[in-house]
Amino acid sequence: MSTEKFRDVDYSSVPDEHGHFGIYGGRFVSETLIEALDELEASYKKLSADPDFQAEFDKDMAHYVGRPSPLYFAERWTEQLGGAQIYLKREDLNHTGAHKVNNTIGQALLAKYSGKKRVIAETGAGQHGVATATVAARLGMECQVFMGEEDVKRQALNVYRMKLLGAEVIPVTSGSKTLKDAMNEAMRDWVTNVDDTFYIIGTVAGPHPYPQLVRDFQSIIGREARAQCLQQAGTLPDALVACVGGGSNAIGLFHPFLDDTDVTMYGVEAGGYGVQTGQHAAPLCAGEPGILHGNRTYLMQDENGQIIHTHSVSAGLDYPGVGPEHSWLKDIDRVNYVAINDDEALAAFRNLTQVEGIMPALESSHAIAYTHKLAPTMNKDQVIVVNLSGRGDKDIHTVASIDGIEI
Amino acid sequence: MSRIAACLDKLHSKGQKALIPYIVAGDPNPEFTVPMMHTLVEQGADIIELGIPFSDPMAEGPVIQLAHERALEHNVCLSAALDMVNEFRQQDQDTPVVLMGYANPVEKMGYENFASRAAAAGVDGLLTVDMPPEEAELLNEALKAVAIDSIFLIAPTTTAQRIKSIASLATGYIYYVSLKGVTGAGHLDTQSVKDKLAEIKSITDLPITVGFGIKDAESAATISKLAEGVVVGSALVQKAADLSQKGSNDVAGQAAQLIGQMRLAMNEAAA
Repeated sequence: MSTEKFRDVDYSSVPDEHGHFGIYGGRFVSETLIEALDELEASYKKLSADPDFQAEFDKDMAHYVGRPSPLYFAERWTEQLGGAQIYLKREDLNHTGAHKVNNTIGQALLAKYSGKKRVIAETGAGQHGVATATVAARLGMECQVFMGEEDVKRQALNVYRMKLLGAEVIPVTSGSKTLKDAMNEAMRDWVTNVDDTFYIIGTVAGPHPYPQLVRDFQSIIGREARAQCLQQAGTLPDALVACVGGGSNAIGLFHPFLDDTDVTMYGVEAGGYGVQTGQHAAPLCAGEPGILHGNRTYLMQDENGQIIHTHSVSAGLDYPGVGPEHSWLKDIDRVNYVAINDDEALAAFRNLTQVEGIMPALESSHAIAYTHKLAPTMNKDQVIVVNLSGRGDKDIHTVASIDGIEI
Repeated sequence: MSRIAACLDKLHSKGQKALIPYIVAGDPNPEFTVPMMHTLVEQGADIIELGIPFSDPMAEGPVIQLAHERALEHNVCLSAALDMVNEFRQQDQDTPVVLMGYANPVEKMGYENFASRAAAAGVDGLLTVDMPPEEAELLNEALKAVAIDSIFLIAPTTTAQRIKSIASLATGYIYYVSLKGVTGAGHLDTQSVKDKLAEIKSITDLPITVGFGIKDAESAATISKLAEGVVVGSALVQKAADLSQKGSNDVAGQAAQLIGQMRLAMNEAAA
């Protein structure tokens, strides 16, 4: 085992000063944004060492988000699968219903300390948009959320939720009218309004320093889970499982365990109709490196370097790229990236709901579905921690319409 | 001497400024592009910037986004754009052609492969919008090896220190983005352009062209007094798109009249 190259890596060495994770990451944006990114980098560096900033972040995490989120031993589900003991990291119990708020609180505080009065965000399913609109409401900031026109139609509930929170939702009609186009449009807004606007990116992608700072804000998931697992199970977990779209919940869980090289990690991408069909959103499993949205990373692209359409039943995973740190972790074999198809995720959604009374988000259901395969291959004294990154209430319409039911 | 340097030297000796139209390769269809390039030269274009269609043109306003989408409907990609330059070169050996686009198509083709194909096709420069100098080292080497100019952007937000480092890597000319925003934005501020150009010129002797927000003969003439060249993109692309939609039987000729008008106004301003 000691020949495995990832065991000798210094994980604290990434990203480097230019935001590179190996060959990935970096800062691929037009010149106008460089100064703003330099400023963000400097203010993040300063504030992340500032006790007042950290105290405010910690206070918000405790009293506004409701952290620490529980690590729940899923006893009936463990029995059902007949293998490793399964613990669920309950990010679904956070305020606004997912892990996204850990990051939006962090970035909104950065915006506040930087004196910005307006925040913008991109959103796919609407979870990051809702989490951004929530913190903007609380801090009294103007908030505009860019959302692909297709997603606006598919996610009417979250669109209305954002409006109730006082945000303006701007439908994006360019390109494929989904998350990647919303991100393009948010970048266009930012380049135009760079003086007074803070762009709250929702995942560990984008130009440096976003992948780093989003990772740092989300790492609270893994820090808590590590301590909770040691306390509750008396041991470090043998395996971690998390879904990967852009990859913020997965990095949040994985990062504090990277040095624990006996902890095996699984990042679960959206296999859509099946990776072999080409209709999926699994760039780490079936894509190749390229440059999009400010960073070099694995992408879904055609032979001419055009970004191709993705498919997943889960809007939150329906993205052709992935955070650059995941690309690096794949190449050094630290994390195993696998894919779960739509139908497997849906079956897992139903099963967990019925066995544990916990309705997972369709995104998280991909991690649940992979655990169905993994747990039975492991011993009963082994431990799996699965990141239940969000709750499934937002997906009831999707599941119902698959069942042919109009709600 | 590169075609770009020769062109700018010649204009300089005549006391004139470069007029640089931008069109997207394959917009509205692949057959349109090469004849349009010739027509632009006839109307007074000195250098042509040819946009490489990309699925996610992050720096573009709505007009040029749509142009990229129209070109992609015909599957016009980097490879096809290189073929167009090659075809253009059959009749025109003098007018510099600069490819302007996004990093990923070039990345996918491979830097050295791209450089040798572009050189063979007769490309003179490359401007990769989303590849700032910090990330461009390897691409720059590949371009240098085949004597293709690396055109870099400078923005209103670029600090003096960065201007210095950009100027040390750039060849051909520097493209000054006249405003904070996307292509085709409408808030060009001549005084702020003038101030920033003075700052840039105090740091580098490279020729400077100005783009974003130049939409008619008047704005072209005004900016031409401040810089070595003006770039016009959205106004031209929009005009061609409108004519095309109306079913004009001479889209190229009528759209390129905008360039003719700009040429006249710029010559008058220089006189």
